[in-house]
Amino acid sequence: MSTTVKSLAVAASVAAALAAAATIPAHAQAKEKCYGVSLAGANDCAAGAGTTCAGTSTVDYQGNAWTFVEGGTCETMEVMGDRMGSLEALDRDLPA
Amino acid sequence: MLDASAPQQHPMPNAPGVGYKPQHFQDILADAGPVKWLEVHAENYMGQGGRPLAQLRHLAETFPISCHGVGLSIGSEGDLDADHLARLKHLVDWLNPALFSEHLAWSSHNSHFLNDLLPLPYTEETLATVARHIDQVQETVGRQMLLENPSTYLAFDQSDISEIDFLAEVTRRTGCGLLLDVNNVFVSAINQQTDPRAYIDAYPLASVGEIHLGGHDADHDEAGAPLLIDSHGAEIVDPVWALYAYTIAKSGPRPTLIEWDNNLPDWSTLAAEATRAKTALAEVA
Amino acid sequence: MSNVGQLEFSEAILDPTSEVPMGLSNPDGRPAQKRFDVYRNNVILSLLDAMATGFPVVKKLLGDDFFRAMTLEFVRANPPSSPLMMHFGTALPNFLEGFEPAQKLGFLPDIARIEIAMRESYHAADAEPVSGDLLQTTPPDQLMEMQFKLAPSVRMLRSRWPIYSIWLANQEPAGPTPEPGGQAVLITRPEFDPWPNLLPAGAATLVMAIENGATFGNAIEQTTEKVPHFDLSQTLALLLQAKALCPFKKETP
Repeated sequence: MSTTVKSLAVAASVAAALAAAATIPAHAQAKEKCYGVSLAGANDCAAGAGTTCAGTSTVDYQGNAWTFVEGGTCETMEVMGDRMGSLEALDRDLPA
Repeated sequence: MLDASAPQQHPMPNAPGVGYKPQHFQDILADAGPVKWLEVHAENYMGQGGRPLAQLRHLAETFPISCHGVGLSIGSEGDLDADHLARLKHLVDWLNPALFSEHLAWSSHNSHFLNDLLPLPYTEETLATVARHIDQVQETVGRQMLLENPSTYLAFDQSDISEIDFLAEVTRRTGCGLLLDVNNVFVSAINQQTDPRAYIDAYPLASVGEIHLGGHDADHDEAGAPLLIDSHGAEIVDPVWALYAYTIAKSGPRPTLIEWDNNLPDWSTLAAEATRAKTALAEVA
Repeated sequence: MSNVGQLEFSEAILDPTSEVPMGLSNPDGRPAQKRFDVYRNNVILSLLDAMATGFPVVKKLLGDDFFRAMTLEFVRANPPSSPLMMHFGTALPNFLEGFEPAQKLGFLPDIARIEIAMRESYHAADAEPVSGDLLQTTPPDQLMEMQFKLAPSVRMLRSRWPIYSIWLANQEPAGPTPEPGGQAVLITRPEFDPWPNLLPAGAATLVMAIENGATFGNAIEQTTEKVPHFDLSQTLALLLQAKALCPFKKETP
């Protein structure tokens, strides 16, 4: 493919992408744009922790002996693969 | 940041304000009621952009803002964190708040930040350190700082200056003002078994640029002595309101903040607390 | 009489088994115990709360009890190094990689990385995205020579695990049960809310090439070499919708 043909093909893709971007609303475009309202409640967590200048009377600082008990949703995450394998991610295993 | 130019500063009125929480953004814009100004924790606005700064900039167009630092660790034995001080200066330049304050406490040691306002022994050595740090802050930020009295839970055996004398001497050496937290006065007095009104009587009220009010929780120490915790998670109790009335009868009206940080209530509950402060302020106006 | 220094005070706060420093007293003059524990409690609980706020999906995956026990070990070993609590917990992925009780959950560190990236994105600088008009009106040859920058709020993660699907399955409402396989995720913030996007094949390569300063034409070439059937318009539509691309400006010296 010549350079000219290639750039024309890319230009066509760009035009298609612009058309698609304009018609399919992105997550935030579909929602309230105002900076006063965040999206779904879960997304508020994206802010992270705020500071406080207050203390707490709930007492819960001590260490406790504990054993590993799966109590969360990880039990239902059926993600196969080398679960016991090395945690070193190899570049070739990563999505392109 | 959204806009490099500082907004016009609205002067701080001798009226009630509240600690700003994003959950109340819409309520405040719809009808702030008796709330005439807002206080923010400086550290929550030290990101580079996004919703926090957009909201704050918008609120600052309408409301006087008090910028309240909680992480500078003025009482650190070591040097102030120069990076953090630079961030604070940047924020104050950008926001142009009507008031700027920090705490008589420490929270960082070496490279660890402990995320609580930890207590200081009141000695000549601490006094020299705190005064030096406040000088540095005021010179860097380029404006007067208000210093807030802490809630204390225990005493240092090595302390040989009273908290009042300590604060008065800091203001004399640095020219800083004071943020008088009336709830902290009450909490510390009960915890140290002293008289909160005697504290107010001795306090340098002429230096007070702002007053804080907040809720606390009640507990006991291992000997059964009362131990109050400054939790900012409930309504202000009647004895603190009475101490507030006693204070402003002597000082005259001051900008008064309702602090509510934990178990955040809906806006109407906060506004009701602000109304109570407004009524008390009207009596001494 | 003992003088209590801040090193001693801070070490005693982080270690609940240590003695309360000498020289701290109750009003009756006896050595403080419970009164010191108020500070211990304030510090540790505020950090545990910060972790729970910052890592809701990790918390949901592990369950409340395991998450609390794990974060208690984490915060004692990794107290914040900065007063900006919004950034606390960035050491968690590496901590989890070495955390024996979580070893069989190989995907967990990458889920923590998504949650950190979401926070970084939330607080990142605002930026004007590249305009569609400009792309449309630039002649094709010049378009191929253009460079772009990623918006400051964009973060990319590539994982051997289906991290996007795992993240989605732990939202409300929950996405479908994840299928095995690696996924690449692009976190973008079109306005004020960050969102993870699942990247189609080749998109990660294109994004990295753009990030490394390649021209548009060169970035596409690098991508099609790796992924011959790369769908440019699909990826580009995602990047434009998400306002992930910004005009390239040379650094002024």
